[in-house]
Amino acid sequence: MSDIKKIKDDYIDKLNTENNIEKVNNIKSELFGKNGIISNEFKKLGLISVDERKKLASDLNNIKDELQNKISTKIQEIETKEINLKLEKEKIDVTLPERNIEIGKIHPVSQVIDEISSIFSEIGFSVEEGPDVENEYNNFTALNTPDNHPARDMHDTFYLDNNKELLLRTHTSPVQVRTMLKGKPPFKIIAPGRTYRSDSDQTHAPMFHQVEGLHIDKNINMGHLKGCLNYFIKEFFEVDKIKMRFRPSHFPFTEPSAEVDIGYEIKNGKIVIGEGNKWLEILGCGMVHPNVLKNVNVNPSKYQGYAFGIGIDRLGMLKYGINDLRAFFETDYRWLSHFGFDPLDVPSNYRGLSR
Amino acid sequence: MKFTVDWLKNHLDTKFNNNQIIDKLTNIGLEVESFESSTSELDTFIVAKIINAKTHPNADRLKLCDVDIGSDKTIEVVCGAPNAKNGLLTVYAPPGSIIPKNQLKLSVSKIRGVTSYGMLCSESELLLSNESDGIIELKNNKYANKIGEKYFKNTSEKVIDLSITPNRPDCLGVRGIARDLSAAGAGKLKINKKSNLKYRGNQNINVTIKKEKAQGCTIFGSCLIKGVTNKESPKWLKDKIKSLGQKPISAIVDITNYVMFDLNRPLHAYDADKIDNEIIVRSSSKGESFEALDNKKYILENDMCVISDRSGVLGLGGIIGGTRSGTEYSTKNILLESAYFLPRSIRKTSKQLNIDTDAKFRFERGIDPLSIEDGLIKASELIKQICGGEISNLDVKKIDNYKKTIINFDPFLFEKTTGFNVKNKELIKILEKLGFDISKNKKILRLVVPSWRPDITQSIDIVEEIVRIKGYEHINTSEPIKTRLKPTLNYYQKLFHFLQRSVASKGYLETVTWSFTDSKINQLFKENDEEIPIVNPISSDLNVLRNSIFPNLLFYLKKNLDRGFKDISLFEIGPAFKGKNPGDQLTVIGAVRTGMVSRLSWNDKERIVDTFDVKKDVIQSLCEAGIDKDDIVIDDKTPSYYHPGKSGGVYQNKNEKNALAYFGEIHPNIIKKLDIKTESLVIFEIYLDYIKESKQKIKDLKSEYKFSDFQKSERDFAFIISKNFKSQELVNIIKCVDNKLIKSVRVFDVFEGENIPEGKKSIAVNVTIQSEEKTLNENDLENINKLIISSVESKSGAKIRS
Repeated sequence: MSDIKKIKDDYIDKLNTENNIEKVNNIKSELFGKNGIISNEFKKLGLISVDERKKLASDLNNIKDELQNKISTKIQEIETKEINLKLEKEKIDVTLPERNIEIGKIHPVSQVIDEISSIFSEIGFSVEEGPDVENEYNNFTALNTPDNHPARDMHDTFYLDNNKELLLRTHTSPVQVRTMLKGKPPFKIIAPGRTYRSDSDQTHAPMFHQVEGLHIDKNINMGHLKGCLNYFIKEFFEVDKIKMRFRPSHFPFTEPSAEVDIGYEIKNGKIVIGEGNKWLEILGCGMVHPNVLKNVNVNPSKYQGYAFGIGIDRLGMLKYGINDLRAFFETDYRWLSHFGFDPLDVPSNYRGLSR
Repeated sequence: MKFTVDWLKNHLDTKFNNNQIIDKLTNIGLEVESFESSTSELDTFIVAKIINAKTHPNADRLKLCDVDIGSDKTIEVVCGAPNAKNGLLTVYAPPGSIIPKNQLKLSVSKIRGVTSYGMLCSESELLLSNESDGIIELKNNKYANKIGEKYFKNTSEKVIDLSITPNRPDCLGVRGIARDLSAAGAGKLKINKKSNLKYRGNQNINVTIKKEKAQGCTIFGSCLIKGVTNKESPKWLKDKIKSLGQKPISAIVDITNYVMFDLNRPLHAYDADKIDNEIIVRSSSKGESFEALDNKKYILENDMCVISDRSGVLGLGGIIGGTRSGTEYSTKNILLESAYFLPRSIRKTSKQLNIDTDAKFRFERGIDPLSIEDGLIKASELIKQICGGEISNLDVKKIDNYKKTIINFDPFLFEKTTGFNVKNKELIKILEKLGFDISKNKKILRLVVPSWRPDITQSIDIVEEIVRIKGYEHINTSEPIKTRLKPTLNYYQKLFHFLQRSVASKGYLETVTWSFTDSKINQLFKENDEEIPIVNPISSDLNVLRNSIFPNLLFYLKKNLDRGFKDISLFEIGPAFKGKNPGDQLTVIGAVRTGMVSRLSWNDKERIVDTFDVKKDVIQSLCEAGIDKDDIVIDDKTPSYYHPGKSGGVYQNKNEKNALAYFGEIHPNIIKKLDIKTESLVIFEIYLDYIKESKQKIKDLKSEYKFSDFQKSERDFAFIISKNFKSQELVNIIKCVDNKLIKSVRVFDVFEGENIPEGKKSIAVNVTIQSEEKTLNENDLENINKLIISSVESKSGAKIRS
């Protein structure tokens, strides 16, 4: 028995210093192979007395376990070392650049239109559209702006024919006319889109964007108009409080009419909306004129309501600090990258209007 | 509309201070644009200090002065004054200043070879004294710390500038503004003093208003003022005229202008001695002409309202007078006109001739037809007072009588419209102060509209008057009503938003360009569409509506390439116009890509963008928007602006007429014509209107979930096939062999050249075969293989490659 113990100790020593996996495997077969040392010891068990056998078998099993454990931990140890060595060699510079990322952008006007639509959707408005080319009737006459009305001078109109019958719409209000002509009240719509005036300088572009709003029902009054716009402006500028001023004005298609100013101040050269004691005009609105309702076959003694028109580009400029209106339409790659929005940044109520 | 607070106080007794007046004006709808002193020609003269005065290199008697004018840099001024010396405080006039003495405008000039920026002034040049020997010497103790400030104090009174909406002609006169303010509680409207003017004799120049169909004049009032001495206006009148931003001319002209701005009553003064016998108010005939007071000759069309005498046209009624009968300093006898011209006629004539005058602006909006006499009296009084003379009886000719507007107003409409209540008593008070005559019939108010308010014709106008004067701040802010009548977006609107973001997510920057474009570029893309010219374009290179999005997109692409960008992806979603009638437009996405993929990549091979890059972008976007990829069919017929061999059309189904989309390289001729320099240029376009709305919602479209766990096998085939045979058809032939078993067919190699016969190509496909019922054995697979080969060979003329 002492022999076996000595053999065991020898092999344990040997395994302790061994680092070659093949040699460890050789040791394994020397010990446990068909004619291995330990295997042979087990074979001998049958030849000795029962009493002795029991003890010897137990010792032998312990030795076997010890050696086997030693061998398997050794193999694992060597394998881990080898793998680590291999991985070390495979190391790459992960700070090298990734494959090219192509980042697209949504134009600020589109983003702002989506923001506006999202806000009005929350209070039950649906989106209507109309053509960019309009006839004189829908753009002016139906909107209580007859040809001899000086209000027409406020719109520098692009015409498509010499009779001035066909034109590029000067505002989104003709969508009101189209919507009411083809349907029955109540109406509750917004109509964003392109609008055109033959006016071009630093603050005017021959094409710009407006959103029209229209809510016609049986008992819609100026209080609702105020409430709706107050809600919109607060949501749009993402502020809790907004200083707002309704001021009488005149549009041929609404009566009474109002212009809406919001309070602002300049802080560190940037415009801050909602505070301050300066006023900025941002939209025109009013109660839809009975003449307009008559023109679109809505009975003004039964139905009434409000309409408003907001400059989209201007809202975007104010919210996102864009100074130059003309840059919106000049397709400068640098500008588009700078002011554009991530396509996944879809304005919505539950995700928030903007990031 | 400009006026001073003093002028306003001629008509209004008020305790309001200036700021209160300003606020009130804005609150009642008379928007204050500005409230500031009118600028003066003297504003430019500033206090300055000579830092260094040295002798002019080319002239002994001139000096070259470095002058501190309070800005960062000193200014170099050449000066001939003997007293110009270092440290002297004096007055500096920058280039552009007008020197009071000679009314000359300074410009930057070279004096003996040295540039002089402006001038140092003497007292005589500034009309302060006759001292002209040297420049002004300012006292140190008073001016030392005022360098850079204005030398002359601007003492002119602050001017209110109102933006008057076109419905309010009555507020184009100071009295109208005062009336509105009084109604709003800002004071009391002063009562006009009864005139005690003495009239002598008759107006003996006969006036006739011709009864013609197009007659633009209905009332013509006039009086003669004999024996006047025309002269410069007195200071008070000059100041008034200057506060309007106008130049005083002579007492008579200034008085007529003053009355126009005071009462909103345009007048015209003729030199009576220059009138040939009589005044005839009539319609013009085409070709008649006259020289107007703006020194332009106007050639008239038919039916313009003219004031004429026996010799011809004197002036355009209500718009502009003529030089032939104009008043001068020598004028002795005046015919003063106060008339009513129809807004429609004024507007038409002034548009045709492109004339804009203060009188035209007022008549076009509607002048009080009952103000004829008031105007004549007020002006005559002033003329008599300033220029002397005798005034004839007033002569008023009419061809039409003014009819009162009467409105029966139910006060309930006010609350119904505004959402708040105003007591009848207050409401009546407001209307009375605005000039309405009111009588009551039970609950209904019978209102006689004042003659100066042509804008008020119906009950809603009364509501506006009351709420405007009462103040919009009284309107409640109601919680928004959230009721929804229909979904926010319809199918095509959703598609718009979805495709917009889908394309952007492929790396494209969205742009927005004009709906109009340059006809020269448009013509390259318009195909068979009609050109849609704009009659009055903003410029000659934006003269047509775009038939396609590409003209603008390529124009701006070129600009960005010129900026040094190489790899550009741009798109726009918006209208393309197909005709000039409303609705003749399509919503289109146009996109362009240029340059390389993986440019300067350390690990990927760089290559130019090609047709299959944009094909991927277009197909993926369409799939993301909900189109089933299996439905998509590609065709090679494309518009002529595409490369005929490297472009394709995308159809939702085989038999569709309109392509949903096109993609491919742009035609090399176009690149050349537009002089675009890039390694590669590929484009695509998507026609949103041609995408079919799915009849089912996505909740109905999700079919039962089925899958197969049986083993799938993959087989590769290579066919030698005619070069022009389309791979799409080959794939279809294979799929049709057994729609159930063949799960997918992928083209993984296309090859021409070595070992392939001329006119042929080799296409290698990988076919996935899987049954939903069992594991296929070798025999089953072999059968399918054979079937695939035989079908392809018989239907396409291909040969399997062995």
